[in-house]
Amino acid sequence: MTQRNPEISKGIDWSLVWLYLALVIIGIMAIFAATYKESDPLVQSFLQFKTDYSKQFYYFLIATVLAFFVLLTDSKFFTATANLWYVAGIFVLLLVFPFHSRIKGTESIIRLGGFQFQPAEFCKICVALALAKFISRPETDFSTIRSQLIAAAIALFPALLSILQRETGLALVYFSFFLVMFREGLPPVVLIVGFAIAALVVATIVIEPNILAISLTVIALLTIYFLRRTLKRNRGILLTIILLWFVCVGIQRFAVPFVFKHVLQKYQVERIYSLFGKDNPYHDAGETVSADTKQKANQSNYNVKQSKIAIGSGQLWGKGLLKGTQTRYDFVPEQRTDFIFCTIGEGFGFAGSAVLLGIYLILLFRIVTIAERQRSVFSRCYAYGVAGVFFFHIAINLAMTVGLAPVIGIPLPFISYGGTSLLTFTVMLFILIRLDADRHMVLR
Amino acid sequence: MPVFNQSRSRIIRLIFLVTFIVIIAQLFHLQIISKKYRKLADENAIQRTVVYPLRGIIFDRNRKAILNNTLTYDLMVIPSQIRGLDTAFLCGLMEIDTAEFRRRIVNGIIRNKAFRPSVFEASLSAQKYARMQENMWRFGSGFYIQERPIREYSYGAAANILGYLAEVDSNFLRKHSDGGYQSGDYAGMTGLESSYEKVLMGERGVKFLIKDNFNRIQGPYEKGAFDTAAVAGSNLHLSLDIELQKEGEKLMQNKVGAIVAIDPKTGGILAMVSSPTYNPNLLTGAERRKHFSQLYVDPRLPLMNRAVLNSYPPGSTFKTLQAILALHEGVITTKTTFSCSGAFYGCGKPMKCLDPGVFNLTSGITKSCNTYFANVMQRVINNPVFPNVDSSLSNWDKYMYGFGLGHRLGVDIPSEGTGIIPTPATYNRIYGKGHWNFCTFRSVSIGQGEVLVTPVQMANEMAYLANKGWYKIPHFVDSIDGGDKFGLLNKYKQSIEPMDIPDSIFEAVHNGMQGVIDAGTGMGARVPGIVICGKTGTAENSLHGVKQKDHSFFAAFAPRENPRIAIMVMCENAGFGGTWAAPIAGLMIEKYMNDTIAANRKPLEERMMNANLIPPYMQREIKTRDSLQKIRKDSLEMIRNLIKDTLKIEVIPEDVMQADTIIKKQEERNNENPVKKISEKPDAILPGDKRINTEKKKN
Repeated sequence: MTQRNPEISKGIDWSLVWLYLALVIIGIMAIFAATYKESDPLVQSFLQFKTDYSKQFYYFLIATVLAFFVLLTDSKFFTATANLWYVAGIFVLLLVFPFHSRIKGTESIIRLGGFQFQPAEFCKICVALALAKFISRPETDFSTIRSQLIAAAIALFPALLSILQRETGLALVYFSFFLVMFREGLPPVVLIVGFAIAALVVATIVIEPNILAISLTVIALLTIYFLRRTLKRNRGILLTIILLWFVCVGIQRFAVPFVFKHVLQKYQVERIYSLFGKDNPYHDAGETVSADTKQKANQSNYNVKQSKIAIGSGQLWGKGLLKGTQTRYDFVPEQRTDFIFCTIGEGFGFAGSAVLLGIYLILLFRIVTIAERQRSVFSRCYAYGVAGVFFFHIAINLAMTVGLAPVIGIPLPFISYGGTSLLTFTVMLFILIRLDADRHMVLR
Repeated sequence: MPVFNQSRSRIIRLIFLVTFIVIIAQLFHLQIISKKYRKLADENAIQRTVVYPLRGIIFDRNRKAILNNTLTYDLMVIPSQIRGLDTAFLCGLMEIDTAEFRRRIVNGIIRNKAFRPSVFEASLSAQKYARMQENMWRFGSGFYIQERPIREYSYGAAANILGYLAEVDSNFLRKHSDGGYQSGDYAGMTGLESSYEKVLMGERGVKFLIKDNFNRIQGPYEKGAFDTAAVAGSNLHLSLDIELQKEGEKLMQNKVGAIVAIDPKTGGILAMVSSPTYNPNLLTGAERRKHFSQLYVDPRLPLMNRAVLNSYPPGSTFKTLQAILALHEGVITTKTTFSCSGAFYGCGKPMKCLDPGVFNLTSGITKSCNTYFANVMQRVINNPVFPNVDSSLSNWDKYMYGFGLGHRLGVDIPSEGTGIIPTPATYNRIYGKGHWNFCTFRSVSIGQGEVLVTPVQMANEMAYLANKGWYKIPHFVDSIDGGDKFGLLNKYKQSIEPMDIPDSIFEAVHNGMQGVIDAGTGMGARVPGIVICGKTGTAENSLHGVKQKDHSFFAAFAPRENPRIAIMVMCENAGFGGTWAAPIAGLMIEKYMNDTIAANRKPLEERMMNANLIPPYMQREIKTRDSLQKIRKDSLEMIRNLIKDTLKIEVIPEDVMQADTIIKKQEERNNENPVKKISEKPDAILPGDKRINTEKKKN
């Protein structure tokens, strides 16, 4: 292919392609390790479209074809059609509402014949393109708050739809586009405030409400005491401190309980609390926790526990491919999809896991490097979009499997079983490769 | 163009890096530092199954298997897997009604949960097993038949010798923490099953199996690389003669007492009867608990091995040893005579004697003259060689210990008693130092008073006399198949010769003992064609201070030349030693020596077997117990009826409700009667069976 078509291969960043292939092969191997039964004939079951690893293998072939088509496309096509894609993406997301089929408690999956299709996955590409397009418009001045708000709206509108489809995990992914905005000049204050609010929410969960309120007050009073000289000269700071205190206590006392009670699903609240080893205090007195809620929360607790056992039992060098007792015998539910990392952790131990994390880190760094060498703002924004989405998926998925983050059902890029996610990530990556290959054609 | 933001790429990389480091750190913690996950994983996925070997078989001296293994079949049920069952058909096969079926399923669910197997009926009878086996296919995966090896006592005899198996309790587990037992295992609790547990149990195998998340077995772990095979237990070969044992048990039926027969040359025990006994097969099957509690509350104490545990005053059988001692000490000769006017007056208060006359050693033994032996012992204790009673009694003790009395012999079954031989310390404690002399304990000279011996000690005494000065520790096990790996038999191989006593002394005593049979108190033991040396004993005793009928003893060995059997027979509260114990001993000797009882002696055998010599106090207790049980049963019935009439208690536990639904479904399918409510029956609040202590008579 490269010989016959020198124009396509020209300028392609091969390091990304190799990393991609490495990850996909690791993925198929891991799915194989998790689901292969000793009695299966090896070659036959790989070729028949019956087992999960053979399905993933065929998805990979489809992905390769798609990637090839992406590489054949002119890079201007993406720039030109970005907004169109966004509209299409939103349209498909909306299609879910009348056509969804209930699978595993979500309402975000469309069935097409024998295939299930999850529009929210696909929509990530559209948002990445559209956001890049918006920011790269000559008339956009990203330093204005207005354009920042518009950018945020572009990124978060699909998230809103996802929440309505009860896919909180996928909704959260769209927050990763803040990385793009940050790179393009979003004031760091936004991120700092974001982190501060996150810290406050965690504190609300962990610390008893009254104690937290008292400590916040104490902190505020101490600050006032130490800054009393400055305050005499500048009343504005005092006002800010009091305002901040008011907001903090407000979030802690009212906003978080409100969100937990009325916005999030009960099982999600349970999951978040179980991560910190606490019971959910937000079910109303007298109301018994419904069996469904409890079971869902227990299930995810069980998942995390079994996942930790599986990973931990791998120790330094792991038990070897197909030797894992935990992942081989279905102890970890969802191990082909969201908990696929267990198979690697158990089979190849700390060494194998570190290598995988290393490959991911190289991939992310490479994408950042590529982003920075782009001449066009569109390409750079898109590259950061890809980096953000990948990073979010990798970080949350791994943190979830090792028990550092609440269970949010999002796949591990290129490795988790699932056609939609593999195709989406492949296309995302290859659009970037295409854009990068043409970086010299773009004038500054 | 916002080129000025380029520095932010570094911040972004930093965020990536820090996040990855945090995850790597957590991985490091899980995989390298914390070891518990590996263990948890193994517990999750690997099931360690113990493979039980067959226990060793026990053979008697003629290579007859007396304790064997056999298979029993349990019908198991997994309540959650019952589907489409024809309940009525099953109940028909099992000869139960649907209410009983229900009860068993509910019980199983309560005990083991619905998805685990429980025993539906243990130890199926042959007919039920055949019927079920033929129809198993109808009952699906909810029912299956499980085979289980149990012990089989082929002769239904020697219960107290062989012992039984029982489930180990926490106490046992603590004591045998290195034995690899788990709760639920069976181990030998008494008898040879207990003392040779190590040999009989064999070596357990361990199988490692892989389970999946539903605990379903997926196959061997690592293709069985870590499995160890079970090694069957070693067989034991006993010196016991099972035919003799059975004869002894028959002779002793309806009597309370013991027989111990020893081969004097080897120390091997030929028979050991403790009566009343029980059929050991009662303690193997499904009803073992029920039978055990019945035996446990029996006032005759069938579970107690009287032959090794209980101590009795030896009575006149003790005199033989006194003669040996006195002759060896030189305080008398075979010519020494003492005259008896009907009692021993040496200590003021007279001690009665059977017939008056002048006695030498032979006639003294033959006629069992109390006066003679009181005089003999007086000479032994007041022997001028010794400065005081303390030292002369100590010397006497030395002989007694040497004869194997006053301490455990070391028989190879558990719960052996020590017996009592009084020492100077005993009397110092009772009377104070210097405040006692021969007259204080003169009754010891005729085997009464403070002296107590166990039947096995008494039989060993006879073996010692028969061998003319040595014995081997009485034991059952002759050899172990595959060798004695634990050195359990070493101590039974050496002969013990406590002091060097010339044969002439023994010959003199043997003369007297032969006279006992030929013309003395023990003529009832006579067996045509066999020269028997023996000695009767009649021991006074009392229970709770009330004087009871005498214990009847007879100890003997035969034949006089080249003796092959030393025997001791004891019947509690039966009367004169010559009346009961002697004929029984004679029959036992005849059975052993001639393999059969001569036709003309059959009536004697009949008479002995049929005699009921259960002491009156025990008969009273049995009656009380039986009537108490009847009252208890009646009132239980009454209370039950009352409860049935007045209130119905619904059982609410989840498991039971589950059972209800399962059974309800069954019954709906089968169009059976509507489900009745389960009424819970409370335990009766009546006094339970009191364990009656029969304080052993000591006088």
